[in-house]
Amino acid sequence: MSYHIVVCGSIVPDPLQTLEPVAGPGGPALKNEMMLPAVLDPWAAHALFEAANLAKNVPGSKVWLVSVGPKAKLQQVMMHVAQKVPFELVVMDGPAGGFVEAADTAAALAKAVEGITGLDKGKLLLFGGWSSASRGTGATLQILGELLGVTEQFQGVDELRPADDGSFEVKERIEGGGYLRSRCAGAPAVLGWATGNLPEPPNNPQVGMQNMRLIMPALQKAQPAAVGAAGVAYKAVELPGTRRQTRIVKDTPVDDIAREIVEWIKG
Amino acid sequence: METLRTLPGDDVRQILWRYADRFDLQMAVQSARSIARSVVARLVADGVRNTHEWTERKAELLKAFDESGLTSIYMDPAQGGFIEGPKNLALALVAMELAWVDGGAATSALASCLGLAPIHEKGTDEQRAHYLPLCTPPQPGEDRVCRRAAFALTEPLPYVGVDTGILGGKMRVQSWDDGAEPLLKVEKRGRFITNMDFADIVTAAVESDDPRIKGSCMIILEKDDPGTFDRGAPTLKMVHQLSSTRDPVMSLTVPASRIIGGYDVVDGVIVPRFSHGEIIASVFHRTRIPVGLMTSAKLLSAIEPIIRYHRQRFRGGSVGEPGSRRHELGLQMNEDALQRLVDVWATGEAGCSLGLAAARLADRFDPIEREKDRQFAAQGIKGRKQLAALKDSQERALEYVRLKYAPAGQADPARLAELEADTLAQFVYMDALAGVLNPATKLWNTGVGATMMREAVSLVGGYGITEDCPGFLCHKWMDAQLEATYEGPEAVQRRHLTLTMTNPVFLELVRQWSAELRRSQAGGAAALAGALDLWLWTLDFLQNGADRDGKKLYHGKRQGVTFPLADALGWLLAARSLMQDVAVLAAEAPASPVLAEAAPGLTAFYADMACVQAARAAGEAARVCAELVYGYGCGQAQDGPGGPCIVFTGSEEFARLRQGVDQGLHGTRLAKDRAAEALTAVMIPEALDYPL
Ligand SMILES: Cc1cc2nc3c(=O)[nH]c(=O)nc-3n(C[C@H](O)[C@H](O)[C@H](O)COP(=O)(O)OP(=O)(O)OC[C@H]3O[C@@H](n4cnc5c(N)ncnc54)[C@H](O)[C@@H]3O)c2cc1C
Repeated sequence: MSYHIVVCGSIVPDPLQTLEPVAGPGGPALKNEMMLPAVLDPWAAHALFEAANLAKNVPGSKVWLVSVGPKAKLQQVMMHVAQKVPFELVVMDGPAGGFVEAADTAAALAKAVEGITGLDKGKLLLFGGWSSASRGTGATLQILGELLGVTEQFQGVDELRPADDGSFEVKERIEGGGYLRSRCAGAPAVLGWATGNLPEPPNNPQVGMQNMRLIMPALQKAQPAAVGAAGVAYKAVELPGTRRQTRIVKDTPVDDIAREIVEWIKG
Repeated sequence: METLRTLPGDDVRQILWRYADRFDLQMAVQSARSIARSVVARLVADGVRNTHEWTERKAELLKAFDESGLTSIYMDPAQGGFIEGPKNLALALVAMELAWVDGGAATSALASCLGLAPIHEKGTDEQRAHYLPLCTPPQPGEDRVCRRAAFALTEPLPYVGVDTGILGGKMRVQSWDDGAEPLLKVEKRGRFITNMDFADIVTAAVESDDPRIKGSCMIILEKDDPGTFDRGAPTLKMVHQLSSTRDPVMSLTVPASRIIGGYDVVDGVIVPRFSHGEIIASVFHRTRIPVGLMTSAKLLSAIEPIIRYHRQRFRGGSVGEPGSRRHELGLQMNEDALQRLVDVWATGEAGCSLGLAAARLADRFDPIEREKDRQFAAQGIKGRKQLAALKDSQERALEYVRLKYAPAGQADPARLAELEADTLAQFVYMDALAGVLNPATKLWNTGVGATMMREAVSLVGGYGITEDCPGFLCHKWMDAQLEATYEGPEAVQRRHLTLTMTNPVFLELVRQWSAELRRSQAGGAAALAGALDLWLWTLDFLQNGADRDGKKLYHGKRQGVTFPLADALGWLLAARSLMQDVAVLAAEAPASPVLAEAAPGLTAFYADMACVQAARAAGEAARVCAELVYGYGCGQAQDGPGGPCIVFTGSEEFARLRQGVDQGLHGTRLAKDRAAEALTAVMIPEALDYPL
């Protein structure tokens, strides 16, 4: 039993950047958003690495990365991501910021997934981030699953273990640091990944060159996606105020750092 | 007006440096960056540079390079690489990314390529097919280790250093059985050999010490060859500690087939097809470019940490509440802090523009050079006849240059296309340009870059001179000195330029550049054009003039004349390259979906920086020219109004040209004010993206 794994993920500003909400012509936006360096949303990245690993271990499986995002920025990010693991990219060109309605994005994603040639829905595992770094509603993937008629849904996944009969076991995060283990009879299913277990794979330019041969045409023929925040009124947009009290201390033992954090939390 | 919104990202760089359409290069940049800002930065932050020995931690670098494809970047896909065709631009960009964090790591990444370069450039097909794949990391399922190479030219005193014409390394025939490959005994002692801690293969320059071998060659030595392969003592260097350097001693027996490029047996004598001089000329021709760029990358890398330091200098103190000018701007309230940073930045940009222009040219030149060799070989044209054939092509190369730079609409496109397809004319043109751009990159970027790096360090006050300084600035300052030294120190580059900058095709290019700048409306262009004219006039004056004792002024031995003129040219070339790149940015940024909205401000800022650089370069060149012309000028004692004085005749034209340079400076300080002001508003990331 092989899988057709569709990973949904887009880009977010590199977390080192200063983010400042501003009123843009099309509603709220981040200051200089188009010019900020972007990365693949870390949650989606975890999902992608897990997908690639699963596909590697279950012969006959295949991975697609489906993305709704500004294609010019996506292209830059792909130069990096494409070197990590093999996948095929499907793109819808549109905004991917934190102010886009989850329902709009899910609808665009659904359209993109439906359009994948050769996709066998019976083998479909729909992967994505449990939440996203641009706006952590955690709603997009759930709505997408519903739109595609995939109702087996798991959120906050850290582990997926396939069995030979096509069923699999899932470890989901629940409250208080606990886990829920479930067994699912098989695809199709939605899995919103937490951080998974895999480290970021090292760059492999051979894989990169292979991927880019398909990624560049995919970007060129990306269809515009009608996503946005139409009909939504934002009452206020602000970032949590930063309160940094950083000390730079070299060579502090880990135990001391931990002790200090505990004291700080208690105090 | 808001000019510069964020620090320039990849989108800007790809336009400026012309690789927006090369995803293979963009990927190579990403690979190098991810290693630079993780593995490399961690090593530097952990003080791994504090030892001369090559340690296990330092060796992590090699593993990271192997895993991420940097080791095999030099190879063609058939040999295990991933970039097709010439790779000068690729190597340059990778070196810059690594040097952004640490120059030694960049050198480590490049050194194996340098070790293989003699084989790559001049090796036989068998040598290439054997050694290049050996030096790529094993693919999954392959059971072998990745071999590494070192390049051994320089030797302990009193042998070869700057003057690579003489060699101490020797080879003799050890045995030569009838019909068999001769066995050679090779003795080579190296000094300052990079990669020597782990090299398995050494390409060494040696000279014949045996009547049965003619001249010199480069030869491949392997660590398991019979004899002594002593890696020697580590060099106690203060810089570039993330690369390995030792003084090896090798005494090995190898088959004559290891002679790079092969040999012929003529009248019982082994005649290498290439002398060591021919090989190093074609190797250094290319490999010096990334070295120059490493220093420029350091300058660009300094901008963000310095702005951060300046803005935050007063935060957390008792005065300057959040929202106050002191809190928001910190030291950026001061004009000097801003304007000096503009100088550092503009110097870095100009160096990159120059070096990457050289790298792109090298990529175009490589296939032309091979095609020229092929044509000559096919027609049986050898030795002096080649020189004659090239001399015949010079007129066409000159015509090409004139047409290429003719004002829009004034050149015959059919003739231009014809000359573009003319291999020999293109060869002569590109050879003339590369002959200047390559040594100028190595000379100007590293020399002026090292001085500018000192400015950068000083802008961070006392903190700048500590190991804790963000951006590793003081390490970079010291490292720059090594970059100015190795692969031939400044004196070598100046000597090289002394020979190449008088090439008629190059001089025609300078005339055309000047005319082009005069047509441009860009700020500073007039000053730069004036300085190019002044330089041309001065060269002509020196070439045809004599000093008071009647001795020739422009002469190979007269480095007091020729070297300053070479230095002046470096300034002019770098400034012009930046202007070129900025013009491309202005043309293309508006079409980029990522930059479109910010394009006007961005290009205005870059135009101001180019103007600042042009003004500085014109001033430096004009000063040098004035010193040479008046300083060596033959005068006559005359009675002046204040008594007897020396009057220099023939200076009117010079004075007129020099005045043109000065007048061309109009508005350039205003440009600097604007560029400096932009630094107060530019958005920088929350934190430096590599550890302190
Ligand atoms: C860390 C490190 C790594 C290196 N790696 C390698 C390597 O991998 N392989 C390799 O082969 N070499 C390597 N080198 C050697 C390097 O290329 C030489 O040090 C450099 O070329 C200068 O030669 P030298 O030190 O012998 O200087 P010298 O020959 O002693 O020259 C000293 C100075 O004298 C002056 N001078 C000399 N000749 C002239 C002249 N004709 N006209 C005017 N001035 C002159 C110049 O100012 C010059 O800088 C390395 C060096 C270092 C420090």
